[in-house]
Amino acid sequence: MSLDPVLAPAHRERWLRRALANRSFLVGLSIASLVILMALISLFWTPYDITRLAVANRLLGLSAEHPLGTDHMGRDILSMIMIGARNSIAVAVVAVAIGMGIGVPLGTWAAARGGWVDEVLMRANDVVFAFPSLLSAVMITAIFGPGAINAIIAIGIFNIPVFARVARAGALALWPREFILAARAAGKGKVLITIEHILPNIAGLLLVQGTIQFALGILAEAGLSYLGLGAQPPMPSWGRMLFDAQTRIAIAPHLALFPGLAIVITVLGLNLLGDGLRDVLDPKLRRER
Amino acid sequence: MSLLAIEDLTLSIGPTPILKSIDLSIAPGEVMGLVGESGSGKSMTALTLMKLLPDGARVDGRALFDGVDILAAPEAAMCRLRGREIGMVFQEPMTALNPVKTIGEQVAEGIRWHTGANRPDAEARARLMLERVGLPEQKFPLTRYPHELSGGQRQRVVIAIACALKPKLLIADEPTTALDVVLQKQILTLLRGLVEENGMSMLLISHDLAVVAEMADRLTIVRHGTVMETGETSRILSEQAHPFTRQLAEASTHVPARARGLEPSPVSEPLLEVRDLTRNYSLRRSRVFGRETMFRAVNGVSFSLAAGQKTALVGRSGCGKSTLARMILALDPPSSGSIRFQGEEICGVSEEALRPLRREMQVVFQDPYGSFDPRHRAERLVAEPLHLLNQRPDARRRRDLVAEVLEQVGLSPADMDKYPHEFSGGQRQRLAIARAIITRPKLIIADEPVSALDVSIRAQILDLLADLSDSLGVAYLFITHDLTVARAITDTTMVMHEGEIVETGPTEVVLGNPKSDAAKALVAAAPNLKMSLEKAVARATRD
Repeated sequence: MSLDPVLAPAHRERWLRRALANRSFLVGLSIASLVILMALISLFWTPYDITRLAVANRLLGLSAEHPLGTDHMGRDILSMIMIGARNSIAVAVVAVAIGMGIGVPLGTWAAARGGWVDEVLMRANDVVFAFPSLLSAVMITAIFGPGAINAIIAIGIFNIPVFARVARAGALALWPREFILAARAAGKGKVLITIEHILPNIAGLLLVQGTIQFALGILAEAGLSYLGLGAQPPMPSWGRMLFDAQTRIAIAPHLALFPGLAIVITVLGLNLLGDGLRDVLDPKLRRER
Repeated sequence: MSLLAIEDLTLSIGPTPILKSIDLSIAPGEVMGLVGESGSGKSMTALTLMKLLPDGARVDGRALFDGVDILAAPEAAMCRLRGREIGMVFQEPMTALNPVKTIGEQVAEGIRWHTGANRPDAEARARLMLERVGLPEQKFPLTRYPHELSGGQRQRVVIAIACALKPKLLIADEPTTALDVVLQKQILTLLRGLVEENGMSMLLISHDLAVVAEMADRLTIVRHGTVMETGETSRILSEQAHPFTRQLAEASTHVPARARGLEPSPVSEPLLEVRDLTRNYSLRRSRVFGRETMFRAVNGVSFSLAAGQKTALVGRSGCGKSTLARMILALDPPSSGSIRFQGEEICGVSEEALRPLRREMQVVFQDPYGSFDPRHRAERLVAEPLHLLNQRPDARRRRDLVAEVLEQVGLSPADMDKYPHEFSGGQRQRLAIARAIITRPKLIIADEPVSALDVSIRAQILDLLADLSDSLGVAYLFITHDLTVARAITDTTMVMHEGEIVETGPTEVVLGNPKSDAAKALVAAAPNLKMSLEKAVARATRD
């Protein structure tokens, strides 16, 4: 990884100006905020109550009352997508938090300690990496039972080595720097140096990785619930909506279209946000377009 | 008829003016020295000639090269010109080569591109060229990669690439600034030889008058993007008519005036005592189960330092100076031997036990950019060693302490709230010194503290260090490859070569009358303005 973890501070005051000039950052941020806003609104209000089934209204097309139509049980699709966003975001946030919360301390510890600790941790990392993550998540939820909690844990476990690697690579590039040597000459221990100097300087890297993992988490959650291993009904989720739509794709294609679009747009938005964030934080990597 | 004629060249990048009406001309076969401080527009002048300016640059004026107006030439014409008619040698040999291509390929590349030669022919020419720059094929096969070469060898490859097609003009932008003095001498001699053999012209850019003086027929001195003075080297140096020229010349040979401090009393217990210190590094194994090979960076070094004594540790790059410094600072454990500081052993001692010793021993590093966490403010950076005090001062006391040391190093207490990037290189080095003295240490280890600085700034920092040693009575271990620096500030000099200390003595004696080969080489290679002037005058009268 060739990312210089240190944000060139000469550009810091121009951070905001550069962020506002970065198209992918702005588009990504708007999409992400929109999705989050939708999820937050769904906590208080949705156009329809989705626990109420109205079979008479089943498979309605797009209309003023139901902007995105209704599903096979007569539930409003817009309402379901709003609540599904809440579910997706919750799963992805917690999974990223698990990955960061465990991965970053492991990675920075490996970098600070070196020697056999580093070796053992990184080889363990490689072992986790060797498993195909989505398949293993399927396995974990199949063994421990389907449900949102188990999906979160399964996705989170595979985020740990990603963050451990990024944190270690960033920290390793910093340890030989002279300001770290100066801190050591000032008698600061490895923990203190990691907290005071290493973490703030790799925060940008982690933030960018976090956005990307967040998008991957949403995808993974959709995949798991599509297989029926994620959130259980009646809790709606985008993956599950896709599954339900599958058999009716010929008569009501909008059932598959909208949750599919929701997934694509959210993931795209988060990836744009991650890309833009990296450019904003580290303009050296920016390719002029 | 001059080969290159720049007239009224003006350059601005965005809203910032970089060059203001530069005039410069180079005759065929002439070496022109371009001298100025960093940020004076030297490199931008060179890049303008190559038309390799950054985006957003606006150029006005005229630059005629061999009858072609460079500023008006289309990109395709420039591509033919670059490398073929104008060669360029960059400052940083570490980054000027492509790490994934062999040196043979990199030299042959330009030959093939510009002459349409086939691969074997181009390779044969590359072979000859590499041999000419001192990398004969028997010792340095064309299949070597840049990382397998040292800094000086890499710079030779860069020169081979630049000179492979015998360009009419060679631009050398600070070609030796990243190298130690001995390599500097070798590279300059090589450049001079190539230029004379092929009748090339050269534009030699440097911030150090002494480096350029020996090489250049004529000098152009720039400041803030404006030409201050231009003319024959011998005339400029002997007359030193322009005040800025005089300032540069003085900075280059600067020796801080200092009260001869009290001679350290020899009876007292030494502040620092190093005995039989050795440090091995294991190299990569050649086979998985092969024996590890060891590289001995420091080999059986012993010396002692009295309180208040100023000692220089002089040696070429890679001789183990910095490794030795790190071991004394207890940042790197020695393989064997002992280090006693104030009578206490520091090897193999716990970090807790080291704390009182660390307070008495601080460090100033070379790189004024890398030695500060870019995310902290000056107050926090300078106050970092206060962590070592048993009683941590409260916030107000801390600000007072920081303000005090900032004043001592010539900064203002108001600078406390700035971030490191808001300081210039020289100011940052002052900041580094402030950090080093805040705990009132007995010993400061300075690892090449001025070699990344312009000569004029270097003189100021040396003055500051000399003043502080008088007022605080602190001992220095001053690590440098530059003898003028050692001469300026220290009483004792140790010469280090390939991990061993080969010569020790009073600074004047070691530098005036070196005994070991390593010391002789260093003394002979040191740029010397006075001698350069004599040579330049001799050249001028001979012609």
